[in-house]
Amino acid sequence: MRPFDYQRAERLAHAAQLTAQSDTLALAGGTNLVDLMKLQVETPQVLVDIGRLPLGTIEAEGDGLRIGALVSNTDTAVHPRVRADYPVLARAILAGATQQLRNKATTGGNLCQRTRCYYFTNIDQPCNKREPGSGCGAIDGIARIHAVLGASTHCIATYPGDMAVAMAALDATVEIASENASRSVPVREFHRLPGDTPERDNVLEPGEIITAVTLPAPVGGTQIYRKVRERSSYAFALCSVAAVIDLADNRFTRADLAFGSLAHKPWHDPRLADLLIGKEPSLALFDKAADLLLEDTQGYGENDFKIPLARRTLAAVLCEATGVEA
Amino acid sequence: MHLKQDKPDNRNVLDTTAQGVIGAPLTRPEGLLKVTGTATYAAEYEVEGCLEGVLVSVPIMSGEVLSIDEDSVLAMPGVVAVISDERLTGRAAQGTAGEAPFQPAQTVCYWGQPVALVVAETFEQARDAAKHLVIETRAQDVPVDPEKVDTKVEETTRTGDLAHAMAEAAHSVDVEFTTEGHASAAMEPHAAIAQWQDDSLTVHASLQMLKFNRAELADSLGLKEEQVRLVSPYVGGGFGSKLGISQEAVAASLAAMHLGRPVRVVMSRQQVFQTIMRRSETHQRVRLAADNEGRLTGFGHEARVSNLPGESFAEPVLQSSQFLYAGENRLLQLEIARIHRMTAGSVRAPGEAVGVQTVEQAMDMLAEKAGIDPVELRLRNIPEKHPANGKPFSSRKLAEALREGAKAFGWEPRPRKPRHTREGEWWIGTGVASAARVHAVVEAKARVTLRPDGTAVVETDMTDIGTGTYAILGQVAGEMLGLMPDDIDVRLGDTDFPAGSGSGGSWGAASCGSAVFLACEGLRKKLAERLKVADDGLTLKDGFVRWDGGEKALTELLDGKPLDATGHFEPGDSTEDMAISSYGAFFAEVAVNHWTGETRVRRMTGAFGIGRVLNARTARSQCLGGMTWCIGNALTETLLFDPNDGHLVNCDLAEYHVPVNRDVPDLDVLLLEERDGSASPIQAKGVGELGLCGGAGAIANAIYDACGARVFAYPMAPNRVLAAMPQN
Amino acid sequence: MAISINGQDYPLPADPRTSLLDFIRREAGLTGTKKGCDHGQCGACTVIVNGIRINSCLSLAVTNDGDEVTTIEGLGTMAAPGTMQEAFMAHDGFQCGYCTPGQICSATAMLQELAAGWPSDATADLEAAPTLTDEEIRERMSGNLCRCGAYANIVAAIRDAAGEHA
Repeated sequence: MRPFDYQRAERLAHAAQLTAQSDTLALAGGTNLVDLMKLQVETPQVLVDIGRLPLGTIEAEGDGLRIGALVSNTDTAVHPRVRADYPVLARAILAGATQQLRNKATTGGNLCQRTRCYYFTNIDQPCNKREPGSGCGAIDGIARIHAVLGASTHCIATYPGDMAVAMAALDATVEIASENASRSVPVREFHRLPGDTPERDNVLEPGEIITAVTLPAPVGGTQIYRKVRERSSYAFALCSVAAVIDLADNRFTRADLAFGSLAHKPWHDPRLADLLIGKEPSLALFDKAADLLLEDTQGYGENDFKIPLARRTLAAVLCEATGVEA
Repeated sequence: MHLKQDKPDNRNVLDTTAQGVIGAPLTRPEGLLKVTGTATYAAEYEVEGCLEGVLVSVPIMSGEVLSIDEDSVLAMPGVVAVISDERLTGRAAQGTAGEAPFQPAQTVCYWGQPVALVVAETFEQARDAAKHLVIETRAQDVPVDPEKVDTKVEETTRTGDLAHAMAEAAHSVDVEFTTEGHASAAMEPHAAIAQWQDDSLTVHASLQMLKFNRAELADSLGLKEEQVRLVSPYVGGGFGSKLGISQEAVAASLAAMHLGRPVRVVMSRQQVFQTIMRRSETHQRVRLAADNEGRLTGFGHEARVSNLPGESFAEPVLQSSQFLYAGENRLLQLEIARIHRMTAGSVRAPGEAVGVQTVEQAMDMLAEKAGIDPVELRLRNIPEKHPANGKPFSSRKLAEALREGAKAFGWEPRPRKPRHTREGEWWIGTGVASAARVHAVVEAKARVTLRPDGTAVVETDMTDIGTGTYAILGQVAGEMLGLMPDDIDVRLGDTDFPAGSGSGGSWGAASCGSAVFLACEGLRKKLAERLKVADDGLTLKDGFVRWDGGEKALTELLDGKPLDATGHFEPGDSTEDMAISSYGAFFAEVAVNHWTGETRVRRMTGAFGIGRVLNARTARSQCLGGMTWCIGNALTETLLFDPNDGHLVNCDLAEYHVPVNRDVPDLDVLLLEERDGSASPIQAKGVGELGLCGGAGAIANAIYDACGARVFAYPMAPNRVLAAMPQN
Repeated sequence: MAISINGQDYPLPADPRTSLLDFIRREAGLTGTKKGCDHGQCGACTVIVNGIRINSCLSLAVTNDGDEVTTIEGLGTMAAPGTMQEAFMAHDGFQCGYCTPGQICSATAMLQELAAGWPSDATADLEAAPTLTDEEIRERMSGNLCRCGAYANIVAAIRDAAGEHA
């Protein structure tokens, strides 16, 4: 870990002002950033501790819910309204990491969680995300956990988290503040695809700080978070599906789906809802949805399995939500 | 007392003694230290003025270090020195090597090899400086993929004509398997604190075999063994990874010798993964030929493993295949590929941990073809004598393990057909496998002292790596001396004590237990001499000595003076004349997800014959540990190597998946009553590894029984199960 | 400007790079808290901060200013071990002992989480109060790796300790 200047931000504007400077990073729960600083993947000269800013509450916002950026993952998952009205979010959080990590990890930090790509976390390997222009070690290397959707010739890393996948399914909004302004970005648009600038995981600009995530009014329905992983707990997803499904007269009236660990961002394809809504659930229909989802996939050898796995996991979720028998 | 055991000892002395503590499920005497965080592990000694060292690795697959620019870091805050002595070692020593591992470290043979040590006042300073040290290297392209190099035959056992037997067989199986590399991943990273004073070196280290480690370290440094003292009373897991000394102990010692100050070096978790022993990946072929009744007429097992050039170790995949099953026509052949990944060496149960499960899958396939219950098929193929060398077997509990295990598990004896039970999304199935692990004992010494107050001290440089050494040595001594183990102070892990066997190869309990047993026999003799009675006429119980015609308190007999004896055990012909092994059987029930191919082990039973059980609680725990490793071996554990430069990509505990608590269901352990007088004078065999030898095969067979997926590649990750699962 | 560890105050470290884990082990000299991976991947460093369990390796000590930390040494002593410590001994819930302090800190906090009604990935009904099933214990303890493979005994120990609390 490089030496850094530690500063504790007392006010949001102060934090925004500080993080607008180069080589400056904001520290919240630290579960990802401290890890990466020890590896010297992240080498800030100034570390701004935003952990004590007043962004740690969950409040009603209209019929929806506003989750402060510094609310711990635990506090979100155990919140009565999250459990009752947004169970897919509670489920996604509980499927991630461990209780110890969830107790420290925050809403904002989790959105900004960086990839688990083995080449990104090893500073002696090429990685365009860590060091633009150095190349990608994964494309011709071991790509077991990598993207099959939306990757580029520069980067095939995935966004590894669970929480944001559920937030994408729920169509939540990220609230962002800078020193003099604020803006809102849908979670579905918060993370970006790598393109030729994989060093940028999301749309945050220097000096911008996430202040909250707002969930729209509850929509009910059947909510499922399905995570496929190599061990039964404490493992990143090979593939995950967040689903908010509703039926009327045995026809889909809602089919909000998002997918984790398939791409550089939680993957949401609006065409799936268009396809499903109004139709009777059936295995054949689910297969068509998977065709659409996976129409532009590309595997990199080791991760080819994710393509059929995503198809099957989607079918599993839709069967569970609709009662269609496998 | 010295014993070179040339004959079986079937006196079963420990069954004739009176104290009644041998085998009892006593709690660990060091338990309180461990649960209160008071037990001191290698890095945790408070040493005044201790500097902190961090190893520096180079990112080349092979080549030479041309220069190390010390000035690149010496001006950094707190940096004291850069150690690039040519005595730095590039690899860990193999188990029982007793000599320096590969030197100099500056000749690089695998990606991530440490070549230097940065020493600073604080850990934070050293860690940062280590990343800044400028090292100039000349890299060289070398092979890193075992599939892409020529192999060399290491060993061949051939009898009869296997090809002919296969052609003539009523039922046959010919299958190939792959297993991936494994890491020991002991929870305590490799660590050492070295202190150099008056030409003597004291190293607090995390090591399994101090007698050998002392010789390895002395040889590495150019010191005499007498100049080196190693201290390892508590070791945070080993599993083979601490059999030999590794780079941090040598580096810390050199730094302490250069600087005249104590130096602590703790490997990062990534360094442990990248530089400590891996279990080799294997490519195996198993051939079984059987007659109509499923009796084996031919048995073939071939395996390819890998290691660095110059390393003597070759994962002994075929070790138990030599004798587990019958079949007069046999071909067993082990080949080795020389590649540049980090050193391959012992990881818990080398050989059997990957060699038995493949045979057990092939046996399952044979059972299906022959229409025989898999338990019955195994029972029919237990050989009468060692199939290759004709030696008689010593005590062998394989049949009992299969029968008793089946009963405890609720195994339904019938020919098998997969996909019989579905619960929602989950296919449910069961599987069986035999367990076998070769027995070994090695030379060991221990000193036992009776103190005037009637308590006793046991001293040996033997280690307790979680295996229960503190408990069992106290119980052996207590049983022999008529004392409760609470009154016995077992002192371990210090080369100032008599040289024990070390912990490894499952030989610690039998070897060191025998040394303590012999020391106690010596004490009993001395007591008998004082009383002028025959020593087999003594009964020692609860601090009293009784004989035909009298009784005295031990304290009275000692008369205010201590009495000691040293036991010296050496293996002799008794282990040569017989085929000695531990045996057992595994039964597993799994659920396999129809959609995702995820497998969950729902319950598991293991029945094991390990000779005399010295402590039923710690022995059971060893079996639980082995069975837990079976789950990792079967489902999750795999070292992933980059195809281009051979570096280990998943070099941490987030991406190398050892089982977590939720992966492990109820585990049922049956310890079978057994005495094996050929194995050791205390009739004990090993237990630490047997629980891992074959169980992954039971899980594989259960996966097949559940969903019809016969997976030939370990670990059986969701993608592999899905790819093999019949679709309908 | 201090961190309270088991009721005793320690001044913040001079070097902000110091992890809470290294701070506890070095500045406070409490080596019961273990370093297994230093990256939040094993749980050996688990301590209880302001009543909740965290991985102390991923917390910079300077950020813990004013926090109250409980380590394994704060849960019992050689002379008076705590209930959970006793249960781990009785059930042989450890072998090498290195992950053990983290397991015990974790288990202690876990029972409080359960009592507070926090759900887990193993909880079938998110809105009902979770109960202490073995599956719940296993999921909630999955952040503490044990390479010796003592999980089965750890579950038994926690079940036993929880029973004594009830």
